[in-house]
Amino acid sequence: MGWIGESLESIRSIHIRQVLTQAVSLGMIVTSALIIWKGLMCVTGSESPVVVVLSGSMEPGFKRGDILFLHMSKEPIRAGEIVVFNIDGREIPIVHRVIKVHERQDTGEVDVLTKGDNNFGDDRLLYAHGQLWLQQHHIMGRAVGFLPYVGWVTIIMTEKPIIKYLLIGALGLLVITSKE
Amino acid sequence: MHSFGQRANAIITFSLTIVAVICSLASFSDNFNTPSPTAEIEVSNFNWFQKQRNGNDEVSLTLNISADLQSLFTWNTKQVFVFLAAEYETPQNALNQISLWDAIIPSKEHAKFWIHTSNKYRFIDQGSNLRGKEYNLTLHWHVMPKTGKMFADKIVKTGYRLPEEYR
Repeated sequence: MGWIGESLESIRSIHIRQVLTQAVSLGMIVTSALIIWKGLMCVTGSESPVVVVLSGSMEPGFKRGDILFLHMSKEPIRAGEIVVFNIDGREIPIVHRVIKVHERQDTGEVDVLTKGDNNFGDDRLLYAHGQLWLQQHHIMGRAVGFLPYVGWVTIIMTEKPIIKYLLIGALGLLVITSKE
Repeated sequence: MHSFGQRANAIITFSLTIVAVICSLASFSDNFNTPSPTAEIEVSNFNWFQKQRNGNDEVSLTLNISADLQSLFTWNTKQVFVFLAAEYETPQNALNQISLWDAIIPSKEHAKFWIHTSNKYRFIDQGSNLRGKEYNLTLHWHVMPKTGKMFADKIVKTGYRLPEEYR
């Protein structure tokens, strides 16, 4: 009877080890993704270092589904730069170009007006009611780099959540069933 | 042996790596281009110049812009965004930048141009400082790549002056 119990014990321990390994490898994937994201936040100084272009207001420069890399340095905002900004009361950040800048002599604060390259008029209609200028705190970062098409993955996932769940399910299944 | 999943995984990873390498090489190759653009800017007329009801000065002017930006284009260039900004200092503001005109240049063939235009965006000061004000006209450009890093530079033209009186 002794050897049966022993082998049962060994099987059980193997099983536990396997489950543990899988849990660890799953945790590794999740945490490394988190580390990369947070690391990018540190390096770029922007609260969201990568954004997906959602509208065609900057065409033909940026199309829907393109990815922009943001950078938030200490340098003041200047005309011509492409900035990503948040309007109070609006959830989705906007990517547009700066066309006017007024920088205060004493405080160094800036008043900024933006416009989409493909839009007819400036952005005052998009701003909060009665708002004429953007200030520094509205601005999340300036675009420094560009990668076409990659953002379609996120657009598809947000617009068709079923695909997202299918993808997550399949990946989870793969991780759990993988033997090595 | 290798399962279907493993093969698919290997192929996708490999092709994505290749695409990423090619994209970064294309972006890197822009560094070897040393452009030498030229520009001439002339203010041919002040159409009108007045104080708005809220106290801000506004001026309308006519511009002659000629520029040759052909050397900015490389094989990784999607477009060049070019704009002309008036830049000046006032007692209140250390820097005022007002975009007067802009354009998107889609290809090298269109990068040598001459244009006669009035200002596309309103030239309004924050306050009433424009009479007799000396200002710079700066031609800025932003090179948008097919992929990778964006470039920007400018040509500054100095010594322009606004009229002493409203008209």
